[in-house]
Amino acid sequence: MPELIDESMVVLDLQARDKDSAVHVLAERLALAGRVTDIEQFLADVRAREQVMPTGLEGGIGIPHARSSAVTAPSLAFGRSHIRVDFGAGDGPADLIFLIAAPAEGGAEHMTILASLARRLVHGSFLESLRSLASPTEVAELINREVGG
Amino acid sequence: MRIVAVTSCPTGIAHTYMAAEALEEAARAAGDTIEVETQGAAGMTKLAPEAIAAADVVVLAADVEVRERERFGGKPIVEVAVSTAINSAAAVLEEARSKLASSGSAEPAPKSATPPVTPVAAAGFGTRLRQWLMTGVSYMIPFVAAGGILIAVSFIIAGPQVAMAVNGGVFHGVHYAGASSITAIYHTAGIGGVLFEIGGIAFSMLVPILAGFIAYGMADRQGLVPGVIGGLIAVDVHAGFLGGIIAGLLAGATVRLILKVPVPRVISGMMPIVVVPLISATVVGVLMLLVIGNPVSFVMTEITNWLNGLSGANAIGLGALLGLMMAFDMGGPVNKVAYTFAVAGLASGGIGGQKVMAAVMAAGMVPPLALALATVVRRGLFSDAERKAGEAAWLLGASFITEGAIPFAAADPLRVIPSIMAGSAVTGALSMAFSASSPAPHGGIWVVGLLGHWPLWILAIAAGTLVGCAFVIALKSLRRSTPTPVPVVSLLEVANA
Repeated sequence: MPELIDESMVVLDLQARDKDSAVHVLAERLALAGRVTDIEQFLADVRAREQVMPTGLEGGIGIPHARSSAVTAPSLAFGRSHIRVDFGAGDGPADLIFLIAAPAEGGAEHMTILASLARRLVHGSFLESLRSLASPTEVAELINREVGG
Repeated sequence: MRIVAVTSCPTGIAHTYMAAEALEEAARAAGDTIEVETQGAAGMTKLAPEAIAAADVVVLAADVEVRERERFGGKPIVEVAVSTAINSAAAVLEEARSKLASSGSAEPAPKSATPPVTPVAAAGFGTRLRQWLMTGVSYMIPFVAAGGILIAVSFIIAGPQVAMAVNGGVFHGVHYAGASSITAIYHTAGIGGVLFEIGGIAFSMLVPILAGFIAYGMADRQGLVPGVIGGLIAVDVHAGFLGGIIAGLLAGATVRLILKVPVPRVISGMMPIVVVPLISATVVGVLMLLVIGNPVSFVMTEITNWLNGLSGANAIGLGALLGLMMAFDMGGPVNKVAYTFAVAGLASGGIGGQKVMAAVMAAGMVPPLALALATVVRRGLFSDAERKAGEAAWLLGASFITEGAIPFAAADPLRVIPSIMAGSAVTGALSMAFSASSPAPHGGIWVVGLLGHWPLWILAIAAGTLVGCAFVIALKSLRRSTPTPVPVVSLLEVANA
């Protein structure tokens, strides 16, 4: 199984102004990295999840996500936005966007890495590091290290 | 304080674990002990029965029904939306602490082999009721959109006579035989007629889907069979979507009751496939047909008689009354009484019937338009799903498809229905006052060219739309500003945030 994220899946200057285009940009990175085979299918699955309830959380986080047959391995694309993108959180738009892709099939062991990621997301120190790191490589390394450990 | 918690979210890959982590962190900070069961995609490690027995209080942070919640019977339970647990876990634990204090005893309840299932405290019931209704509504919305838009397009293609061309009847002095069978529709009514029929079939599924998935929300997939059957009966007995809500709640409650009955191991395997569907469908069907059906048809007859006796009265008052009825159940029996009254007046000839028809059509267009406008003016008061429904509601309202308002009304009937009734009453009264008249029984804005005094007729619709919109915003804002005991936040309120 490949690592959760690599530097090609990190966008530190996300230019998107709304959530659909933000998700689209990040999904393209996943497709280029071979993590998503059918981007339209994946986007439709993410939208469907987003419609159930917005995925914005307080503290400037958006976590669009889906389980999708178009996903080959549990993956994360990470975007940092100075413009900030509204994901429906109560306290305003998000500057940290985590697009989480889970395969539709696959046993629980595939999903534990995503569970571990989700658990890291509630820690302020982890988020602050993601706000301050300067290069995509550093970001990807930090995330893989935190999620693995 | 010893806590057991369950976290659960729609996809099961993110919020479930974030909420678990946040609750564990908050408990550690507060010196409490906690065990969390994450009902997510990464497998589920069940709480040990001993842990549940030893717990003082139960926290359920879930946006979908918690699996096997009957395990927690007899314990004080705090229920919150999963994002509330993530955003303010410490406040959730405080809520648990005060719940524990008010329940009187920190002693663990005695453990028994079959723990009694007590309904969650009254404070949580409203939240859960809204969750059930929203489950039903979210499955129903695509049917409303598909069916409504098909019907609207059929009017655009084939003109206002399409309904008569398919079903038969008289329109504008022309007699239509209607399609003799479903396979003959294309030959008698063209492609417009075919689209009209497909749309009608989609609409015929609204109430069964609503009822079925309300029951699904309450009792998981076991609720589906009695819910759908109850919904079909609600249609059959002309109980409309209000009847569908009753059927869905009835079905969910029935299944829950059946599942409480202890059964011998030999038949427990047959329960989900044979026993529960059979018994629950019978119970719900009999209740709907024998108990719910008669009062509804009785009320229907009474209303029809009363209306017929009233037709000579003050025209503006009649317009207002018909408006109230058009909006009351949006395509249900009361709406149909008012509509049938107008069509009957149209058939009897004369300008009086045409004026009533114009008032009824205008009033029937207002509810979807008012709600569509409200979702634009105050986005924050509506859930994402409702905003999507609002986009479709513009076309549905313009096409005189009152059903476009149902998703909003089903989610929040006590605020939405009075608001749109007020808007439709204003429109009905104004249309009568302006003496607008319509020779067409259906078609909305697409038949505006046929109408007498049509600019004033449009003005009447605009006025009612504004009134309905203002009411619904005011009532919904009122709820949001009402102080509620923190931090029990409902699914809807979080979605609205």
